[in-house]
Amino acid sequence: MWLALVCLTATTVWVYFLHIGHAGSIIALTIASIKAGLILLFFMHLHYAGRLIQTIFLISLALVGAIGAFTFLDVFLR
Amino acid sequence: MKDTVLAGRDTAGAKLGMWLFLFTEILLFGGMFLLYAVDRAKHAAEFHAAAEGLNRFVGAANTIILLTSSLTMALSIAELRSGRRERSLMFQSLTILFGCIFLGVKYFEWTAKIGHGIFPDSPKLMKLPKGQILFYGLYFVMTGLHGVHVLAGIVVLVFMLISTINRRITHHDYVRIENSGLYWHLVDTIWVYLFPLFYLIT
Repeated sequence: MWLALVCLTATTVWVYFLHIGHAGSIIALTIASIKAGLILLFFMHLHYAGRLIQTIFLISLALVGAIGAFTFLDVFLR
Repeated sequence: MKDTVLAGRDTAGAKLGMWLFLFTEILLFGGMFLLYAVDRAKHAAEFHAAAEGLNRFVGAANTIILLTSSLTMALSIAELRSGRRERSLMFQSLTILFGCIFLGVKYFEWTAKIGHGIFPDSPKLMKLPKGQILFYGLYFVMTGLHGVHVLAGIVVLVFMLISTINRRITHHDYVRIENSGLYWHLVDTIWVYLFPLFYLIT
């Protein structure tokens, strides 16, 4: 598990040095999200935490997403 | 929930309380990441230029340090639950050590930047393009706030270590150190996002 996280970190840095422009950032963030997911599942045992905690976690993500979506709509449609 | 009430301690409630606190942390850092996203979208080239001033390998090393500390944290709880108290103490100490190393590395990063005249509101920074000023402002605030969280986590973990030594935390009653672990993993997760966003801008 830790090994997977370290390898993903190394991959992120390696992709950066490929210099592929904007795709590099998207890949880096995707890998970061995979790492976060691994930490949540295997270190924080989210799947054992029960429906209530899992639901609240998803709600918090949805909330940040909603605030972000509206902010982007506002800023970039001015 | 699978947790049971133990001699007056509400483990299910304690865990729920911790997760609720973690969600407030998600909202706190989420708001700042949002600010970062908008600023970067509007000043993409300057963010890339400013990121060149940060050392990627130092950032990557810090990422590995924090990931390893998460591993030792999880192991310390697993060892405690299996009844191996001494090994748990060892892993707890390692986690605290890695946390301190992370802060030490951050200290050197910051002092290097400040020594070069780059810090919030510095004359040298104010002469740079607006996007770069925003980048460094976000860099100092977000890594600074994250560093404060790491420090708070280290203090909490030291208390957990002492409680484990005093046998106030045992393999029957370990929800406090479990919650401390949850907090520590969250701090690690935040850094997992901070690293590519500040150090690896293509």
